[in-house]
Amino acid sequence: MKSRGLPEVSSQALGRLKGVLHVDRRSVVGMETAPKPGRGDPPKKDKPQAKRKKPRRYWEEEPTPSAAGASPGPPRKKARTGEPRPPRSQSARIAQKPRFSKKPPIPKNASDWKKPQRTLSGAQDPFPGPVPAPLEVARKFCRIDKSKKLPHSKPKTQSQLEKAEAQEEEASVRAARAELLLAEEPGFLVGEDGEDTAKILQTDIVEAVDISSAAKHFDLNLRQFGPYRLNYSRTGRHLALGGRRGHVAALDWVTKKLMCEINVTEAVRDIHFLHSEALLAVAQNRWLYIYDNQGIELHCIRRCDRVTRLEFLPFHFLLATASETGFLTYLDVSVGKIVTALNARAGRLNVMAQNPYNAVIHLGHSNGTVSLWSPAMKEPLAKILCHRGGVRAVGVDSTGTYMATSGLDHQLKIFDLRGTFQPLSSRTLPQGAGHLAFSQRGLLVAGMGDVVNIWAGQGKGSPPSLEQPYLTHRLSGNVHGLQFCPFEDVLGVGHSGGITSMLVPGAAEPNFDGLESNPYRSRKQRQEWEVKALLEKVPAELICLDPRALAEVDVTTLEQQKKERIERLGYDPDAKAAFQPKAKQKGRSSTASLVKRKKKVMDQEHRDKVRQSLEQQQKKKQDKAKPGAHPSALDRFVR
Amino acid sequence: MKVKMLSRNPDNYVRETKLDIQRVPRNYDPTLHPFEVPREYVRALNATKLERVFAKPFLASLDGHRDGVNCLAKHPKSLATVLSGACDGEVKIWNLTKRKCIRTIQAHEGFVRGICTRFCGTSFFTVGDDKTVKQWKMDGPGCGEEEEPLYTVLGKTVYTGIDHHWKDPAFATCGQQVDIWDEQRTSPVCSMNWGFDSISSVKFNPIETYLLGSCASDRNIVLYDMRQATPLKKVILDMRTNTICWNPMEAFNFTAANEDYNLYTFDMRALDTPVMVHLDHVSAVLDVDYSPTGKEFVSASFDKSIRIFPVDKSRSREVYHTRRMQHVICVKWTSDSKYILCGSDEMNIRLWKANASEKLGVLTSRERAANDYNQKLKEKFQYHPHVKRIARHRHLPKSIYSQIQEQRVMKEARRRKEMNRRKHSKPGSVPVVSERKKHVVAVVK
Repeated sequence: MKSRGLPEVSSQALGRLKGVLHVDRRSVVGMETAPKPGRGDPPKKDKPQAKRKKPRRYWEEEPTPSAAGASPGPPRKKARTGEPRPPRSQSARIAQKPRFSKKPPIPKNASDWKKPQRTLSGAQDPFPGPVPAPLEVARKFCRIDKSKKLPHSKPKTQSQLEKAEAQEEEASVRAARAELLLAEEPGFLVGEDGEDTAKILQTDIVEAVDISSAAKHFDLNLRQFGPYRLNYSRTGRHLALGGRRGHVAALDWVTKKLMCEINVTEAVRDIHFLHSEALLAVAQNRWLYIYDNQGIELHCIRRCDRVTRLEFLPFHFLLATASETGFLTYLDVSVGKIVTALNARAGRLNVMAQNPYNAVIHLGHSNGTVSLWSPAMKEPLAKILCHRGGVRAVGVDSTGTYMATSGLDHQLKIFDLRGTFQPLSSRTLPQGAGHLAFSQRGLLVAGMGDVVNIWAGQGKGSPPSLEQPYLTHRLSGNVHGLQFCPFEDVLGVGHSGGITSMLVPGAAEPNFDGLESNPYRSRKQRQEWEVKALLEKVPAELICLDPRALAEVDVTTLEQQKKERIERLGYDPDAKAAFQPKAKQKGRSSTASLVKRKKKVMDQEHRDKVRQSLEQQQKKKQDKAKPGAHPSALDRFVR
Repeated sequence: MKVKMLSRNPDNYVRETKLDIQRVPRNYDPTLHPFEVPREYVRALNATKLERVFAKPFLASLDGHRDGVNCLAKHPKSLATVLSGACDGEVKIWNLTKRKCIRTIQAHEGFVRGICTRFCGTSFFTVGDDKTVKQWKMDGPGCGEEEEPLYTVLGKTVYTGIDHHWKDPAFATCGQQVDIWDEQRTSPVCSMNWGFDSISSVKFNPIETYLLGSCASDRNIVLYDMRQATPLKKVILDMRTNTICWNPMEAFNFTAANEDYNLYTFDMRALDTPVMVHLDHVSAVLDVDYSPTGKEFVSASFDKSIRIFPVDKSRSREVYHTRRMQHVICVKWTSDSKYILCGSDEMNIRLWKANASEKLGVLTSRERAANDYNQKLKEKFQYHPHVKRIARHRHLPKSIYSQIQEQRVMKEARRRKEMNRRKHSKPGSVPVVSERKKHVVAVVK
């Protein structure tokens, strides 16, 4: 019924339009109307004409006085005016219909009218001011803790601090706005519905990715010279590998170009690049040796004997060595001096990791503890009891927030390093993990026998989730060394059968900083970087748990200086002077009046103190009331 | 399975040809920049050391005078022109770019007590011990003409100082009273005095141009208003003030060079307490001049050194001395705030850099950016002990150094005596007087 009604309405409208046209023609040509026989039709049409003529009257009223005024020549002028009338009437009617039929759209039309006026005048900008930076991104670059306040500082110091904080905030906003310019996106690996990413094989990943990425997966079968240790340079382009039976090689692993290959005819326990790929440190059976990238032996350091592990601190130019004799030695490679040799007093040192955030060395011991060391202190900075058995592996992530340890009790634990050293999560492994490493974006890899397990977190800043592995790979030999390649989604594994380069999507930081570590730097850029790095070498005395301590105000020394000043001067120059009432005239400064005014001021101060203490007591009561609510019997029903 | 590997196009990170500059992508993530603060600290240390290495402030010595240089004047329009008056009545006009004397005038018999230039720079005025005020043309005489003053005024008393108005054709002289002169008249328009005093210096305020400041031998600093021909205010200090100088940016502040080794910065609206006491000299301060920026001033002292003080600090940031420089009598800061001129007893005018380690000449944009970064680093880490020790270290002559030690001992003895007196007296009977209020005896209106 309704569907049938609609076309009727449309046909009626069309009919009305045609009728209107006819009426116009008839009025123009008076002769033709008489011979048409249909007399009954006109009265019906006349009625809608009359209704429609009402709005016409507003249009007709205007020309009628002019027509009346021009009485001598009415036929000619009427004929002329008749011609333009039809288009006007048509446009008027077309405009009128939507007005009547669609009342709600009228405000839209009004708003449409207003907008062009504003744009034409240019008075209002739809997006005023600079682009707002997202708060969570700006928080990443914020370094100042505004909650800290200096105790009783002077107004000038306060204003200086506020100005510095404002500048720091402005810098973080600008850095957050510059995040838009980062071009590369991190990699990812997502399984289909119900598919476990841990079951995805490397061959599947190699088949799925592009050719240049597939070329990054390779296997070096080197079974003759025993299990291999490996190390990537800081830019991630060069790979150094050291076999247990004396095989030492360095190559550009992307282009597979061999830089040098030698056999040192001695057991090689660890290998590490120094500040650039031109220098290589090899921990051999008796002493520590330094080679260049051509394989030429440069130094033999006999004070570092029976070294088991090597770590290089790149900003301090310190090579840290752990030895079988229980000594942790720091060698300054820029001047060739041993900065300090610390006795860990824990037997053979075989487990070592570096915290990249603060350059503190983490040593794992056979009694289940991990100790933190700095070259400026003779005692460890901290000792953490991690496992019931001995510690087998330690790893620290790049932000210095999380530490992963594994022990002989088959436990894999993740600790929070931000001051509390509390365990966050733990997991029992079928086989104890002998090697641990973190990637640049927080992925954790563990080598257990001939299997490599990788765990990933929810995001970049969150700890890795140990429930479900992210990737798994079985090797052709037992794992002997693990490291993620910087700025590439590649994991290097050294094992008894050689070297395996694994593809791990999402492991690396996609956007590098060209002034820090540039994988594509030229020789000239490397030389310039080397000079600047040596000029800005951080002294070893500055290694501590919080590297930002230099930017804080030394409140302790400030208090000490203040006490010394009071003692030296005999009085406190900053103390507030006692209230001295002003002398009033006309007999209003009598002794009684002065004493009264002093007492009034003292009472006011006393009243303020009492009010503050009362507020504190109320807060304490509120705090007490909260735990008091717990034993209420009605809490069961609130749940 | 959906997988995406990180794959970079090397063409986006390597320059196309050797003629291009290298591409340096930036990422400001703090994780990629560990050890921000220690590395900045090392850079600040390096910047401070380089500043001390490149601190070579002495530029030139202008020789030619045959007696001690008693007064200096700057050209208001030309940076390279400087006028100097000597104790034998000789006036020399120097060109600083050529470091040569371009003109010599025997202006007076005896001392040239004061010299000043007209605000338009066409002429300058000198006063001397022969009781005359002379006006000279800034340009030299024409061909065949002799050196003659434009105008000579014969006075009745000896004049000790002169200064020109900054906008009107009027100047002020001082001697036994302060006289205001019109350039076209031979007698002063009005004379102002406060009691009977010998006034040693007079200075016009560069902003409130009708105000004058003068210092008298009777330990006074008197402020005058030229429009009503009466003294405004007087402040009496412990010892005599040698000269004063108005701040060119803050109209109500001036600095007084005092005989008690200190300089006092006053706000003329509240003369009972100086705004700042500057106390690094070890002998009488003879002259003071402000930087055109109004943030620093330079002082000349009888201890054969000149010092640069920030306006709002009590200690100087710089001290300049040479082996042969004797008592420094006059000092000027050039109008571009880059150089300092000082005239001393042994007939030389010395030209120094206002910032000792500043590179002269045009800096490229990279040099300027590196310089700004180093300045910011030094400012950020200025309170660290190592940076502070290196930045504040200055070599001093043995006489000044031993004098500093001696005065420190004397000051400590006075402090200990006062502390003992306060300790052994009734509490409150020995009041604690702040350092600023110690030196003002009275303010008279």
